[in-house]
Amino acid sequence: MFLTNLLFKHLEFIELLKHNKTKQTYLCRMIHFEKFTLENGLRVLVHEDKSTPMAVLNVLYDVGARDENPEKTGFAHLFEHLMFGGSINIPSYDEPLQVAGGENNAFTTNDLTNYYCQLPAENIETAFWLESDRMLSLAFSKKSLEVQRKVVCEEFKEHYINKPYGDVWHKMRQLTYTTHPYKWMTIGASLKHVEDATLEDVKAFFFKHYTPCNAILVVAGNIDTAQIKLLAEKWFGPIPSGEKYQRDLPVEPKQIKPRHLEVKSNVPLDALYKCWHMYPRMDNRYYAADLISDILSGGGSSRLYQSLVKEKQLFSNLDCYHFGSTDAGLMTIEGKLVKGVDIKVAEQAVLEELKKLQDEGISPSELEKVKNKAESAMAFEDMSLMNRASSIAMYENLGDADLINTELSKYQAVTAEEIAREVRDIFDENNCSTMYYLSDN
Amino acid sequence: MNRKHSPKIKDAVDYSLALKPYEHYKLDNGIDVYSVNAGAQEVIQIEMVFYAGNSYEKKKGVAAATNFLLKNGTKTRTALQINEAFEYYGGYCNRACYNETSVVSLHSLTKHVEKLLPIVQDMLVDSVFPEEELSIYKQNSLQRLKVNLQKAEFVATRLIDSYIYGEHHPYGVYTNPGDIELINIEECRKFYEDYYLNGNCIIFVSGNFSADFGKQLNQYFGQLNTNRKKVVTPTFNVKPSEERKFRIQNDPNAVQGAIRIAMPFPNRHHPDFKKVMVLNTLYGGFFGSRLMSNIREEKGYTYGIYSYIQNHIGESAWMISTEAGKDVSEATIEEIYIEMKKLREEKIEDDELLLVRNYMIGGILGELDGPFQIMAKWKNIILNEMDESYFYDSINEIKSVTADQLMELSNKYLQPENFRELVVY
Repeated sequence: MFLTNLLFKHLEFIELLKHNKTKQTYLCRMIHFEKFTLENGLRVLVHEDKSTPMAVLNVLYDVGARDENPEKTGFAHLFEHLMFGGSINIPSYDEPLQVAGGENNAFTTNDLTNYYCQLPAENIETAFWLESDRMLSLAFSKKSLEVQRKVVCEEFKEHYINKPYGDVWHKMRQLTYTTHPYKWMTIGASLKHVEDATLEDVKAFFFKHYTPCNAILVVAGNIDTAQIKLLAEKWFGPIPSGEKYQRDLPVEPKQIKPRHLEVKSNVPLDALYKCWHMYPRMDNRYYAADLISDILSGGGSSRLYQSLVKEKQLFSNLDCYHFGSTDAGLMTIEGKLVKGVDIKVAEQAVLEELKKLQDEGISPSELEKVKNKAESAMAFEDMSLMNRASSIAMYENLGDADLINTELSKYQAVTAEEIAREVRDIFDENNCSTMYYLSDN
Repeated sequence: MNRKHSPKIKDAVDYSLALKPYEHYKLDNGIDVYSVNAGAQEVIQIEMVFYAGNSYEKKKGVAAATNFLLKNGTKTRTALQINEAFEYYGGYCNRACYNETSVVSLHSLTKHVEKLLPIVQDMLVDSVFPEEELSIYKQNSLQRLKVNLQKAEFVATRLIDSYIYGEHHPYGVYTNPGDIELINIEECRKFYEDYYLNGNCIIFVSGNFSADFGKQLNQYFGQLNTNRKKVVTPTFNVKPSEERKFRIQNDPNAVQGAIRIAMPFPNRHHPDFKKVMVLNTLYGGFFGSRLMSNIREEKGYTYGIYSYIQNHIGESAWMISTEAGKDVSEATIEEIYIEMKKLREEKIEDDELLLVRNYMIGGILGELDGPFQIMAKWKNIILNEMDESYFYDSINEIKSVTADQLMELSNKYLQPENFRELVVY
């Protein structure tokens, strides 16, 4: 199950539909927000929650690693670090925010970059001041670039080099994508790209992507919409609109035959990775695909776990997941093999489970189970104000923040027939890339 | 509007914070229940805490194995049936094993919880510990351990604890592959009998549920045979290592060193503890800390560096932890000590102290978001045998501790000779 922060708290429950088998009532909620757009194109969404003393300000920029130059990968993420190196009028972002009792963070994905801070609601204007200044312009400090290049290199080493299996996704993305920029990781294709970044690159990237018309501002918490309108006009209104970035990414051609890669590495256990191309986030078939990953590995009663970890004991762990990416992503099955098991035997067993699912479909109670899980995962997913704010931004970036309120019903509407169809469609060996990541000791 | 000047703020220290009180009652068998009913979402979290952590085991790994296998078979249900039962209703039943305590927790939509309570009850009354389940558990734990042992940070984290507490202390002990192989099912069954069936249990329930939920808890857990007599926690002597400096090569191709520097430190009941929480925040407890500002933001030696006081009921430790480039690991350690020296010799400026105060208060304000978080605060207080004054006194210390006191504490504790240091490459 991949849930992009579905937002549920503090909203009213309404009855959605009654399932014909169990007569169960699903929860559904409406999350309230108001949306308006400033003259410079900045979209602003306001979500009031009077039960908390806090406020959150979230800014999403519609740029991720997929928008990078293939010769300068890792840049979107490096840039995220530089956003904390001082802006045109304010030498430090963090300090004034901490003085106001706030804290912040940011993350970059292949699709987008998101910045968020939380602070006592009375001090919300401090967040407006800080965020608007860095949207206006950065300080473009040479020192900051030098230091953050090193910091990101250490991040690269910590997560992708100095760890067993750390380079798996570097290799797997290259195998699965021939054309689309998902073929490199957010952190970058190599340390060298990060090391070579120049101040000119930084400036060009900023003025291309970090503009009001490429951004979404969400303010949530114990605030008043009217007050937020004034503050948004005051702090963000004067920023020049910039040019709307027109995304025109190379399309990944349909994979027509199986791909294989065998790697030998200094790891203790053999591991199997299989990836199949699936649907873009906004395709209606996405929901069935998401439920399929739960049917296969969403817990102790899921098919792959029960059959291959517990009964046949071929794997010590086995997972099925996808990244929920905006463009067509990858359905992945990965597992580490029990020592002594032949990887071909293990792979065959995975394929048999998929075939069983393709031939026999799923029972009504199995479908009910994963829908119930989706319902409860959504209810727990977002107990915090901060997550709700970033989710509103993400849905707006997908096209419409209202999707938050219709998402659950899309999961509930998935039928066993759709599951059967998507299982056949996705798990086609010609659509599959397989990596044997073998222990060399 | 002047973009160079910050808008007027309300100092976070001017906020008055309140921890929503819990409701307390006892089940028929004497189990204490602490309950926080809050929040708009119709969800519930039930945490059943047993005194069944690794402090009570006679052989390494038995407490953790027993805790894990609670979900893997009862007289009337297989592991699969148990999992099916929880997952069909979108519920999550987790278990975790710590030093003193172990936990069986249930998260569920409130509307389904009644269907899930009998399953939890079954696990706590009729678990059978099938041989086959233990053998799968051992095999998979062993494999996971082998992968982890290749990670410098995993190795460093367990070694530093063994240097601080000694390898025979429950806080310092660690399992080797050979230990896992030696666990046998009879030991798990005995541990279950002693520390679950006849053990001591406390229940924490939080979320949004009906006012008479205690009746349901009593129906399912009021007849457990627990809490008839008090489980006595054994005492252990701390035996810190003689040697102070360790450099260990774990992987000849390493590109980073996992650095851990730690000193023994008293627990929450010590009079210095609350003030030291402020000092620690300033030193390495948040993104704006001295360590982070110098070693990441100024020098770029690491992706992140933190210091913290370990969350222990008994004795604790003050720990500094980072992964730094292999070629700058020694330089990083040098800077860690330089930052200690500065705190000992230079009084902290008012601006910085106010920043830390505001940051900490703002953080607590943000942490009280929702019933689970409120309960987490209470659970910590109760399991450490304290009361609400701990929460309010901590806030007072944040607001009132002086620069002189912080310097004094720095001189008392932040002396390099108090610390053991380790780098795992």
